[in-house]
Amino acid sequence: MTDIAQREAGESESTAVTVGGGAGEHAESTVLDRVVVRFAGDSGDGMQLTGDRFTSVSASYGNDLSTLPEYPAEIRAPAGTVHGVSSFQVHISDHPITTPGDEPNVLVAMNPAALRADLNRLEPGGTLIVNEDAFDERNLEKAGYTAPDGTSFNPLQDGSLDSYRLIRVPMTSLTKEAAAPLGVKPRDAERAKNFFALGLVSWMYTRPTEPTIDWIGQRFGKDELVAAANRAAFLAGYHFGETTEAVGHRFEIKPATTMPAGEYTSITGNTALAWGIVAAGQLAKLPVTLGSYPITPASDILHELSKHKHFGVRTVQAEDEIAAVGMALGAAFAGHLGVTTTSGPGLALKSETISLAVSVELPLLVIDIQRGGPSTGLPTKTEAADLNIAMFGRHGEAPLPIVAAKSPVHCFEAAIEAVRIAVKYRTPVILLSDGFLANGSEPWQLPDIATLPDIAVPFATEANHTAADGTPEFWPYLREPDTLARPWAIPGTPGLMHRVGGIEKEGDGTGNISYTPENHQKMTDLRAAKVAAVARDIPPVEIEGDEDAELCVLGWGSTWAAIDAAVQRRRRAGVKVAWVHVMHLNPLPSDLGDVLRRYPKILVPELNTGQLARIVRSAYLVDARSLSKVQGLPFIAREIEDAIDRLLAEEAAS
Amino acid sequence: MTDTAVPLTTKKDWSSDQEVRWCPGCGDYGILLAVQQLMPELGVAPENTVFISGIGCSSRFPYYMNTYGMHSIHGRAPAIATGVAVARPDLDVWVITGDGDGLSIGGNHLIHALRRNVNLTILLFNNRIYGLTKGQFSPTSEIGKVTKSTPFGSIDPPFHPLAVALGAEASFVARTHDLDRKHMMETFRAAHDHRGAAFVEIYQNCNVFNDGQFSEITRKQQRDEMMIDLVHGQPILFGAEGQRGVTMGADGQLRLVDVSEVGLDHILVHDAGRDDPSLAFALARLSQDDHSPTPFGIFRAVERQEYASAIGAQLAHESERKGPGDLAALLRSNGTWQVGNTN
Repeated sequence: MTDIAQREAGESESTAVTVGGGAGEHAESTVLDRVVVRFAGDSGDGMQLTGDRFTSVSASYGNDLSTLPEYPAEIRAPAGTVHGVSSFQVHISDHPITTPGDEPNVLVAMNPAALRADLNRLEPGGTLIVNEDAFDERNLEKAGYTAPDGTSFNPLQDGSLDSYRLIRVPMTSLTKEAAAPLGVKPRDAERAKNFFALGLVSWMYTRPTEPTIDWIGQRFGKDELVAAANRAAFLAGYHFGETTEAVGHRFEIKPATTMPAGEYTSITGNTALAWGIVAAGQLAKLPVTLGSYPITPASDILHELSKHKHFGVRTVQAEDEIAAVGMALGAAFAGHLGVTTTSGPGLALKSETISLAVSVELPLLVIDIQRGGPSTGLPTKTEAADLNIAMFGRHGEAPLPIVAAKSPVHCFEAAIEAVRIAVKYRTPVILLSDGFLANGSEPWQLPDIATLPDIAVPFATEANHTAADGTPEFWPYLREPDTLARPWAIPGTPGLMHRVGGIEKEGDGTGNISYTPENHQKMTDLRAAKVAAVARDIPPVEIEGDEDAELCVLGWGSTWAAIDAAVQRRRRAGVKVAWVHVMHLNPLPSDLGDVLRRYPKILVPELNTGQLARIVRSAYLVDARSLSKVQGLPFIAREIEDAIDRLLAEEAAS
Repeated sequence: MTDTAVPLTTKKDWSSDQEVRWCPGCGDYGILLAVQQLMPELGVAPENTVFISGIGCSSRFPYYMNTYGMHSIHGRAPAIATGVAVARPDLDVWVITGDGDGLSIGGNHLIHALRRNVNLTILLFNNRIYGLTKGQFSPTSEIGKVTKSTPFGSIDPPFHPLAVALGAEASFVARTHDLDRKHMMETFRAAHDHRGAAFVEIYQNCNVFNDGQFSEITRKQQRDEMMIDLVHGQPILFGAEGQRGVTMGADGQLRLVDVSEVGLDHILVHDAGRDDPSLAFALARLSQDDHSPTPFGIFRAVERQEYASAIGAQLAHESERKGPGDLAALLRSNGTWQVGNTN
């Protein structure tokens, strides 16, 4: 409950206070408690970089924040078209928040396509900053601003944007002007226009300039001219805000003092996952071997882990997804923490090897950064529709534990928890994240490393059985009574040589091949019981919000942020709502059924068509109702709020 | 080890207690015996030895070795073995595969293990048939082969396994056959001692579904005329009196000739250490069927950076440069800031 109480003041409508004083001619700046800014432009315009910089500066300034990068699957989609629009939305605040915001308060549109693609996201009356240089006939046509007679029209001139606070800035020409004295080629100068936009927004929201100027020096240091052009563009944008009347007001979002005191860094889900793997290796006292095949949006974990060789982390970019998981399993057999990272299509390819891991009962961490499917689907967009394949996507009866991360920061903890289960129970574990968590970033209060759990398990070192004639033997399938885990005896250990394989093996002892009917029944039951035993080892569910509510929201994964905001808002509006968010999806917490049965209404928001809803309906015979969204985007809080209201109204009517 | 050293282990130490369950008369028995007999001579310990196999008759092999072992899934043994070798360069890792397992369903893993030069000893049992699934043609079956799945004859052109391996940049490539234990042991020993991926094709008879496939070549009374023994540094000769040999024509084509016709000076001298694999490739494709003289022995054995060693070198270099991994420092590596009172 503490968690939600801290965020209580969170996701309200913005409140504004105008205060005197401040910088220069613009004596006034208005203090806001939060703002949502969305940078949108062509894929080649550097919008991800711009958003990332704004995020980093805001993070080190002390704001809480959450981000939503969105970009096309094509590396360079046709320039100027709606397909090619790349956006970065960032929500910054002076208090704890979890979501990237329902609606941007500010939209920066670098060209007509960006305006066309993202205008519908902007809040009514919101601030719209456009690069008016880009609104020429050709770009208007490419963006589809064409009348039925085929001629193009300019939305900047036809009054259609009158309901917004429109700020027209000739960013391209001002950037060129600023860079011209440096002797930069016009083409290079033009490419710096994203820094002009960043400078302007940095001024509007009173961001410090030094960190970005320093960063430009580091990032582009090798090409002094490019660095100089970017610096000039950034400062030109900043000064444009300061000196022209066009922008007017300045705003300020104070550092988030209500966040728990401590040391923070800004982190994306994929980085947190990679670091979680490094940490888990240390906590389990196992060297890490990663087998991975590049796939969006999981590749960044491979990239990140490839950097950390001084931690003893071995990474292999395998020839395919199947080889990647095979290498991880081989490494596990040899006594390493075997890890493989992928996204949905890759998980499908790994299915047979994961079944082998179930059969040979070795620890294995399989990480699925979910994206829109089926098939290639929406490679760069988020979805959480791989719960079914994680649960059921293997041949035969092949249960395994499933853990899901709920926020970018939580990916660190989820990785450690998944490894803890894998090594303790000698089982493959699937860890589910998604594109939204993978690329989204937020501040992370660094954990005290000393408090991280010890998850090490000993390898087998000696015989565990005595033959009839008195000679000591090693039985690779003689199980620990509590966990039902078999011993993990690694090559190099004298006297414990043994063979494992995918063929059914003799139940709870020798592991020798056995095809007998009773044995297969016993082994199937044992493998299921072993996974079920994990439920005794995970915490009971935590009910957030009003325990005595009529309605309980049941969530998993990245819907956490939007559910959190929605539950807070509904409760502030006087509606009683309970909320349970599960991290362990298999086995589910043992008290989940009892908890859910207390609520007449259960709402399960998922970025799929109701996969967890079906599981809990079948497991607990409860009337769980699915709220489904499969648009390649995370929920916004209002969608969940509306569903809560609708479901409660339905009940009142009945 | 020297000839006078007493082996630390005997064949018995390498044999598991499991009953061997191949069909009576299967060529696999001879291969198993050769490996079990060789192991004590290699001066290695069973606990430091790992056999990884895929699926197929030959892939039952690990069950019969008293070592660490995994009978894995179809075609994936080279990938799983790569994981073992990358994690534990201190181990001897063997891969047991067949023509279907290694060249059909697992072809991708085989070529990439060879390309990376992972320290694996790969034994591919080639019987030109699917035995475990009871007699379908394999990727090494000849065109026209009548099997259950090709009642009108196979129309699939076959792979030459050694040519595939050479095309994949294999650093060690050899061929032996299941009827000559001494030749097998010598070949396996050289493959084991090779640092990197060693690929050995074994002509193996399936007496149930493809009996006698290689008998025109490998039967004792045929061997002199049909087996071309490749000896490093020696002219490539065959025939009871060494009267025949391999020469290269002006067009670059290898030909079988009578030595008396061309003279010994024109007979190719075998050089397994040649950096350029094209001659080994030509030798691998010298025989286009199982009815003509066929080279055996070590086609190619060159030194190339071994994969796990290269990984180890990068790990060591980075550890030296940055010191051992410090988790607290990693978590702060993207910069941090303080919130609230922290004194």
